[in-house]
Amino acid sequence: MNRTVMDIWVGIFVAIGIGATVFVALRVANLASSTSEATYQVTAEFSNIGGLKVRAPVKSAGVVVGRVTDITLDTQKYVAMVSMNLEQRYPFSQDTSASILTSGLLGEQYVGLESGAESENLTDGGKITLTSSALVLESLISEFLLDKASE
Amino acid sequence: MRAIIRIPASIGHYVNDRLWRLGYASRFLFIILIQSGTCLIRPRLVLRETYFIGVQSLIIILVSGMFVGLVLGLQMYDTLERFGSGEGVGTVVALALVRELGPVLSALLFASRAGTAVTAEIGLMKTTEQLSAMEMMAIEPVARVIAPRFWAGIISLPLLTSMFNVMGIFGGYLVGVKLLGVDEGIFWSQMQATVDFREDVLNGIIKSVVFAVAVIMIAVFEGYNSPPTAEGVSAATTRAVVTSSLAILALDFVLTAFMFRGI
Repeated sequence: MNRTVMDIWVGIFVAIGIGATVFVALRVANLASSTSEATYQVTAEFSNIGGLKVRAPVKSAGVVVGRVTDITLDTQKYVAMVSMNLEQRYPFSQDTSASILTSGLLGEQYVGLESGAESENLTDGGKITLTSSALVLESLISEFLLDKASE
Repeated sequence: MRAIIRIPASIGHYVNDRLWRLGYASRFLFIILIQSGTCLIRPRLVLRETYFIGVQSLIIILVSGMFVGLVLGLQMYDTLERFGSGEGVGTVVALALVRELGPVLSALLFASRAGTAVTAEIGLMKTTEQLSAMEMMAIEPVARVIAPRFWAGIISLPLLTSMFNVMGIFGGYLVGVKLLGVDEGIFWSQMQATVDFREDVLNGIIKSVVFAVAVIMIAVFEGYNSPPTAEGVSAATTRAVVTSSLAILALDFVLTAFMFRGI
């Protein structure tokens, strides 16, 4: 086979291969929209996080504003410490409330933020004090049964 | 009495032989890496082998990827529809391909399409004493014959895997959107929301690079180590396919266990 023809074929091969990788990165994994924007970290204490996982989205009014970065147990108070990175372009007031919600009936759990009325905003390393825990189905059912029993 | 001695002796011989082979293969990999300088000075050698190893594997990879995607689309839609979430077909097809099926299946196809060709070619070169002739002319056969094939394989397989993934996802798209009527917007947006670049795509690429090293290493080693007879070359070719297929599947388990443990 002619050397030039071989060169062209290898060139086409490598070009298609790189093109395919770029396609997978951009179209399938949507790398373009998940750009690493400047973020600030806030923490929140929850008495129960249910099935919340690291990298779960943080949403406000349904819009993804950040991600959960770390979940640890505070052994002083035995509450869950959830750290999350919020995007810099979304400021939240200091009396923002955080709750753990579920998307759909059996969907993944996420942190929902609702901004408060205070004029000062949360800064890097800030702490959200108003929190409400995840709804755990078992405790919900047992509460309901106890209610029924006491009637 | 003889048999009592012979059985442990044959087991010992077998173990000894395998250990020797493993040690020799590791040393051989080291020699290839040392002798790879020639490939940098003469990239045309690698380019030529990329043509034979990579470009000529294109058809089988593209066609198989297409069919795997089509079948995955049909099967997954059927199963997901029972739970009323047929729109998730895009997500499932993309995740299955990018994480698992793409790297593994293209490595298996690559081992049987290109790996065997490399083994047989090198084995035949050895049988017809071409490698010895090179040594006579003071040309290092590892640098001139083995290393270019080795690097061509490592370049080719990750690229082929990406093409396999794209064809598979396109196949899933054809079945899901065009045939079964899943909404096109939901198909893509669910896929984009679930597939993560670092977690899924990058790990898939790492997998395919590891498989490429394993497959092409086994192929060149079996060829270089084959007995210089017709039976020897055929046995080496068979062994190359069997060993590399097992190596791919075993490595896949190990890599998956490390990468996707599910937080």
